[in-house]
Amino acid sequence: MRRFVLGLFCALLIAGPAAAVLPEEQLTDPVLEARAREISRELRCVVCQNQSIDDSDAPLAADLRTIVRERLSAGDTNEEVMAYIVARYGSFVLLKPPLDMQTILLWCAPLLVLIPGGLVVALYLRRRGQVAAAESIPLTDEERRTLAAILKTGDAP
Amino acid sequence: MRRLAFILPVVLFLMVAAALGLGLRRDPSILPSMLIDRSIPTFDLPGVVPGDTLGLASSDFTGKPVLLNVFASWCVACVIEHPMLLRLQAQGVTIHGLDWKDEPAAGAEWLAQRGNPYTLIGSDPRGRTGIDFGVTGAPETFVIDGSGRVRYRHVGPITPEVWAETLQPMLARLETET
Amino acid sequence: MIAEIGQLALILAFMLGLVQSVAPLLGAHRGDSVLMSLGRSSALLQMVFVALAFAALATAYVTMDFSVELVAKHSHTTQPLPYRFSASWGSHEGSMLLWVLILALHGGAIAFFGRSLRETLQARVLAVQGMLSVAFIGFSLFTSNPFSRLSPVPLDGTELNPLLQDPGLVMHPPLLYLGYVGFSVAFSFAVAALIEGRVDAAWARWVRPWVLSAWISLTIGIALGSWWAYYELGWGGWWFWDPVENASLMPWLVGTALLHSAMVLEKRGALISWTILLAILTFSLSMIGTFLVRSGVLTSVHAFAVDPERGFYILVFILIATGAALALYAWRAPAMRSGALFSPISREAGITLNNLFLLAATATVFLGTFYPVFIDVLNGEKISVGPPYYAITFIPLFVPLLVLVGFGPMLTWKRDTARAVLRRLRWPIAVTAVVAGAGLLVFGLAKVGAALAIALGVWLIAAAFMLLARRWGLGRKGAETGRLIRTTPLAFWAVAVAHAGLGVGTIGVAAMSAWTDSEVATMVPGQTIEFAGHRITMDALGPATGPNYQAEQARFRVEERGQPFLMVSEKRFYPSSQTQTTEAGIRREVMGNLYISVGESATPGAATVRLWWHPLVEWIWGGAMIMAFGGVLSLSDRRLRLAMPTRKPVPVEAAEVAG
Repeated sequence: MRRFVLGLFCALLIAGPAAAVLPEEQLTDPVLEARAREISRELRCVVCQNQSIDDSDAPLAADLRTIVRERLSAGDTNEEVMAYIVARYGSFVLLKPPLDMQTILLWCAPLLVLIPGGLVVALYLRRRGQVAAAESIPLTDEERRTLAAILKTGDAP
Repeated sequence: MRRLAFILPVVLFLMVAAALGLGLRRDPSILPSMLIDRSIPTFDLPGVVPGDTLGLASSDFTGKPVLLNVFASWCVACVIEHPMLLRLQAQGVTIHGLDWKDEPAAGAEWLAQRGNPYTLIGSDPRGRTGIDFGVTGAPETFVIDGSGRVRYRHVGPITPEVWAETLQPMLARLETET
Repeated sequence: MIAEIGQLALILAFMLGLVQSVAPLLGAHRGDSVLMSLGRSSALLQMVFVALAFAALATAYVTMDFSVELVAKHSHTTQPLPYRFSASWGSHEGSMLLWVLILALHGGAIAFFGRSLRETLQARVLAVQGMLSVAFIGFSLFTSNPFSRLSPVPLDGTELNPLLQDPGLVMHPPLLYLGYVGFSVAFSFAVAALIEGRVDAAWARWVRPWVLSAWISLTIGIALGSWWAYYELGWGGWWFWDPVENASLMPWLVGTALLHSAMVLEKRGALISWTILLAILTFSLSMIGTFLVRSGVLTSVHAFAVDPERGFYILVFILIATGAALALYAWRAPAMRSGALFSPISREAGITLNNLFLLAATATVFLGTFYPVFIDVLNGEKISVGPPYYAITFIPLFVPLLVLVGFGPMLTWKRDTARAVLRRLRWPIAVTAVVAGAGLLVFGLAKVGAALAIALGVWLIAAAFMLLARRWGLGRKGAETGRLIRTTPLAFWAVAVAHAGLGVGTIGVAAMSAWTDSEVATMVPGQTIEFAGHRITMDALGPATGPNYQAEQARFRVEERGQPFLMVSEKRFYPSSQTQTTEAGIRREVMGNLYISVGESATPGAATVRLWWHPLVEWIWGGAMIMAFGGVLSLSDRRLRLAMPTRKPVPVEAAEVAG
């Protein structure tokens, strides 16, 4: 009994969040089932709005989930299963866009901002810092009067 | 150099705006078929109508350009499309049918009620052949040339406009090729 | 009759907007006070008329006037009253009118409250605001008229989409719009400042409350949307990286950067061009968001309208507004240099870095959202960008950002040293290290990401508390802690609360990503299942009815450590609109939510029951609300609101770090 419960617990942990998968769809081999869930989460349901086939209730999604499991049971690797589906429905079905010459801009987006931006900021900070580190210069009388006026009225004269 | 940094935002923005403007003319929901210019997948399906021993197979798609129409008895838009298909059949267009994700009995009943525009019909209750074709729903129609290659896929019912503007000229052109 | 009044009011508002766009601008240029005051009065009048127009639409909805086409499309005789009212903004045309209303209200507020502003500045701001009004009222009038009549009048309407008939969703659009449109004030101020050619501390002091209130609304609006999706959509997701969700996230990210940048500008007069640019960007992203939802350029479950024609109009307007603003920026901003200096280790520098990371995150979301369009335009290929992309690009950006957030308020202005700030934060660092270590020990490498994320959340909360502790002189000899607590300014509390809220949200996200548990089973009445430490028995499965729907309802008796309680889940069918929804049963417990969702089953008399355990999921929205509350605290601090030209000098203690 304890082993059964432990096994069930482990199966649940490995299986991860069940979404639209029906009990009758699930594979008996927990490792294969886990792979099926992982692949399903990365495949878009093409008739739904922005859901993976793992999440979607649509009949086509159910069909594709079954096909994923069939291919896995037939011995395909994860990449082969994805390739099978992409051959039929196109790259659009991949929720993680492929990394190629076209999508390099997309994947490098954070770096494209951070690296040049970081350089700019670094130079900016260095320039500011150099001057800030210098001695501060005392106010002139004129500046003192302007300061007093600002403190009194909240606005420059 | 500093000036350049200040001009960058407006330049980038104009590029983005141009792209979005062009994007307005595209339809993001239309998925092009992966089979365009490729041979149809191999399949051999049983018939739908009782007594139909022929069914539909990939070997049936040689000789002349034909249409392959994906339909089902539960498909509402197919009802709308159906009279158009019957008209096309009367004009001599060869249309094969794929009864997709449908019990053969239901499909047969549906055709018996509304008429049968198809030359050959295949029953695909589990939808596997449909998936091999990349079908996303019904109705869909494929234009297949004389050498068994897919040349075009239309998603949705065939309206008179679709026929006149797209499918008919395409079939005519393909006829001259073979 | 009422619809005609509304139509007339809208037309009048449009004309007033034209006056508001031109007169004050001319007046400021010539120094003509009369023209400038015309700007104020037209802004106030415009506000009145737009409010009248909106009231007319709302009345038509509430009284079920089906001769108005919009009402016929989104209301029904059986529709409950609150949803008849909220349907006013439950459509493209109606929501556009709501947008226009909020724009007009803000314009009126600038006219009314802005009397302490430099007259020319206020005039120019009103002019820009007026131009925005003209564009959006024009859009409404010419392409999306909410008041068009339907003839013959139908006996009953098509009801509001049942998914929208929900209390959470009633408040979602108004809050979001208060956010989006609230940032228009910052935009107008930025453009006006560029026209004037100067930005000073008074400008920043004036802008900040508006940015803050817009930010607060947007935070709550986004949290509400996420919370709603969680309980309504039936599978417990809370963020989907849907294009429309991203459209709300982008202004929020840049708006957060703007908020902090404006703070630096006000306190130290630095980051002028940064702040102006961020102000322009934030509202531009709001407008791009509205473009996205209505143009059909991207498919989304949220899309209000799929109308490339309307989309084109909005795009043209964005092109003019943002294009002109950015062109003005390129021309004028280089001359607006601040003399303010600060060293690489200082609060200003920290905020600059903070802005950089937020912009990088925004770029990621922007590219992820629009890349499919770009590729489609480029070569017709269709790709899609889903959650896996954001998991790899967006989340790694937030890790260094969150670390930085802990440091930020602890840094002194102008000049600080690494050693000093690390010393100030030694307790939070120690606590975080302990939590991280414990997490790794307990959960092992399998959950290393989640353990570190929780440590990150703890870091933020600990750093926030440390901020307060230093202020209160805790652990310092001779400190009058009681008095220090009582005299802590609200703005100070605000920083600690807001950043702690961020930490709370981070912990919620971490827990949800790593420890969600689920089960799916076919159940019949009388059957029991064990799940996540609960005994769940299906008591009944049968039909139920509501005011405008029929349902198949499942009732569950759930026992957890002895105490039984009832949970209900049903699948509803709304006959008027022929739509189906799933209502999940949710039980909120201390450590998480138990979530039950029923579906059909092939087996007669049974139902497919899906169970989820969502650990600490409420902390996500709780954290967001705490952040928003921090914003409210800051807003309530009278010292920082505009009409305070004279201030009593407050003695600054040498040890005071933040202010």
